[in-house]
Amino acid sequence: MRDVAVIGIGMTSFGELWETPLRSLWAEAALAALDNAGIDSVDLVTIGCMSSGLFTGQEHLASLLADELGMAGVPATRVESACASGGLAVRAGFAEVASGLCDTVLVTGVEKMTDVDGADATYALGTAADAEWEGFHGVTFPGLYAMLARIHMQKYGTTREQLARVAVKNHANGLLNPHAQYHLKVTVQDVVNSTLVADPLCLLDCSPVTDGAAALVLTTAERAREIAGDKPVVVITGSGMATDTVTLANRADLAELGAVKLAGERAYAMARRKPEDIHLVEVHDCFTIAEIMATEALGFFNPGFGGSAVEKGLTSLQGKIPVNTSGGLKSKGHPVGATGVAQVVEIVSQLRGEAGQRQVQGAKIGMAQNMGGSGGSSVVHILEVV
Amino acid sequence: MTVGIVGYGAFVPRRRIKLEEIAKVWGADAPAYKRGLQLFEKSVPGADEDTVTMSVEAARNALARSGGVDPADIGALYIGSESHPYAVKPSGTIVAEAIGAVPALHVADLEFACKAGTESLFIAQALVKAGEVKYAVGIGADTSQGAPGDALEYSAAAGAAAFIFGADEDLILAEIVDTYSWTTDTPDFWRREYMHYPRHGSRFTGEPAYFRHSMNSARGMMDKAGLEPGDFAYAIFHQPNGKFPMRVGKKLGFTNEQLETGWLSPWLGNTYSGASPIGLTAVLDIASPGDLILLTSFGSGAGSDSFVIRVTGRISEVQDLAPKTREQLDENKIYLEYGAYAKLRGKIRMAE
Amino acid sequence: MFSPARAWREYPQRYRLEAAKCTECSKILYPPRLVCPACGGRTFTPEILPREGKVVTFTVIRVPPAGFTEQTPLPLALVELANGVRLMVQIGDVENPETLEIGMPVRLEFRRISWDGEAGVIFYGHKAVRAGS
Repeated sequence: MRDVAVIGIGMTSFGELWETPLRSLWAEAALAALDNAGIDSVDLVTIGCMSSGLFTGQEHLASLLADELGMAGVPATRVESACASGGLAVRAGFAEVASGLCDTVLVTGVEKMTDVDGADATYALGTAADAEWEGFHGVTFPGLYAMLARIHMQKYGTTREQLARVAVKNHANGLLNPHAQYHLKVTVQDVVNSTLVADPLCLLDCSPVTDGAAALVLTTAERAREIAGDKPVVVITGSGMATDTVTLANRADLAELGAVKLAGERAYAMARRKPEDIHLVEVHDCFTIAEIMATEALGFFNPGFGGSAVEKGLTSLQGKIPVNTSGGLKSKGHPVGATGVAQVVEIVSQLRGEAGQRQVQGAKIGMAQNMGGSGGSSVVHILEVV
Repeated sequence: MTVGIVGYGAFVPRRRIKLEEIAKVWGADAPAYKRGLQLFEKSVPGADEDTVTMSVEAARNALARSGGVDPADIGALYIGSESHPYAVKPSGTIVAEAIGAVPALHVADLEFACKAGTESLFIAQALVKAGEVKYAVGIGADTSQGAPGDALEYSAAAGAAAFIFGADEDLILAEIVDTYSWTTDTPDFWRREYMHYPRHGSRFTGEPAYFRHSMNSARGMMDKAGLEPGDFAYAIFHQPNGKFPMRVGKKLGFTNEQLETGWLSPWLGNTYSGASPIGLTAVLDIASPGDLILLTSFGSGAGSDSFVIRVTGRISEVQDLAPKTREQLDENKIYLEYGAYAKLRGKIRMAE
Repeated sequence: MFSPARAWREYPQRYRLEAAKCTECSKILYPPRLVCPACGGRTFTPEILPREGKVVTFTVIRVPPAGFTEQTPLPLALVELANGVRLMVQIGDVENPETLEIGMPVRLEFRRISWDGEAGVIFYGHKAVRAGS
């Protein structure tokens, strides 16, 4: 297997981008990554997108978008794993380069979510749950995570305030990220007093509906070193993916994100790393409870200690393990298919030392954890400066 | 051949609205209404309850009391209602599917204002008596609507009762001794196609309609069977409000003691097709072996079905096998304000 | 929104709570599948689910998906039935959401789950209601 490096990163600003259609969003991020890498041709394009069909009425996305860059003829593949589609696109590109099937891959993620109204967006996101046996009964994503939150609170004593502190921290980080959807300082009181969405989760516990795209250029580490000269090269040293039951009723342990744990273990094993080695992590905080459960599943904290870790500041920018320096899905925004790619963009920025005001000093090893549905799938990548 | 009820069950929704709560919205004189109509509160179906859902639960309660009737042996199922959820598409198929009686059975939805429930009982027992089917289910159920502000709004309520008829002597808990019907064309109450609310002839619904039909039906029944009011332990009449069933019973010579057990409307409201059948379930819940029961329904338009029913020794074995009607009526109630009631009854215009 | 055909093919499960019991390991699958996820068994016998259970976890949805507006607030629960099978259901007849709790005993009742507007089909199935009520 060949070592794989990230030589280009790009993303759009995240937000309600009323003037920009899906294809332009995507092209903007793709061009930024190609320019950042200093190349103009690739062997393959991978696209993570959850539901362009339900959000915009457009399928057959891979060919459509390759053509948008004038790349008709180049192989292009769309992958889907709900909100983990972006992470899966990274893994698909990684596998192509590592295996030798391709030398250079443009990895992208995109979602245009604001072309439908709130109820239709809620419905589209809800299709990541089990449509027949959960969606039929009216469950929504905030609803599924609310059920997980209630279990976590009951089993471990995780508090309403600890959940709120995740939002407070991530919004504080987002203030420092020019690409973030929200530049908004929030307090614990703001969060707990915000509108109830699905008890016990309030509006400010939830990631927003967002338009956005992100892109990477992957190539072999060998070629990356040739291009980079003396500059540091960021290599993907670990890639793990796992599935779990999409149907919450069949989940073995509702207080744990099993797919995140398994994907993490696989990434750690490939990279020959352990949680203590990681300098910063982007986790899939689609809801505040998700960040707490993800940091436990990835081994940064013991089960049940994710909530108190946030309270103690262990996950803040200056903490023991900074979590979601980008602002996370909570503040940066969550264009679902783009999220997994954007997480890697943040980690590469940090490892390159280009993260500006939110730079984690001395960051050499970072992790990105992306998740589909209520934990039905997860993709974890470990990246290192070599 | 002896034919009778081998299982019975009722379902009453948990929600209620008090007469005062409706009266205050329309500026009506609540004390006068309570005195005049003898109505205190009524049941209200949830947004998730309709004639079909209540019929399924009532039928399941009937099966629970049936001594193990195999649903596959049910050869006919009829639901009488004026609030079938679909104008075209049967309610009975959904109920038959839910209780596992499909596919070898005959199903029909019936409609005859408030008499549709006893119609289903009448036909079901007759099919068993004719030897056409082994078991037949008759259901009366309604989620009736009264126009906002109309007198009917104080009474239109929701509930269901289901009866399984059979000819197995050891399963019969109440024998159908005899039946009689009295029918004329009398336009006292109607709802035209596509109309949401019914219209009625106001006081014309009284003497020429309710009283004339109920009394002729009950008298005809007793004459046919050679019985007198004093022979019955219980008598149940249709209950459009609290006042009419007691008055018609007294006129016929029945006493309070005979009438009160099946008299539910002051606290239940008028469940239309479910009204007298639910009253019968309340009577069966406490009846003793050998008791004779007179059941007389009334449906606008107009007609009245009467039944003479004799309770058997099996009754005491089955009374506790499913929720009793009076318990459903008196316990675990959820009281609504008019706003929530209007929302649940579809009286609020929603966005398309 | 579901098409009539899509709802219709699940009637045995939605209307009658039909499940499948693995003849190898006795695990009860709801809905039935072709292969037992516990042991890999491929033969099953029909099994009707009990209608009594308890709440494993729950929420009250305030921002509903399309088709559930009239039923909002919408209480939902994961319910574990008496035989250990878990299923996602709405909780019906909730007067005060504050009274809901993990472990609450419930019974499944036949209810309307949703409906396709005023003119479309009505989707029936089961909801949990507090047992003893």
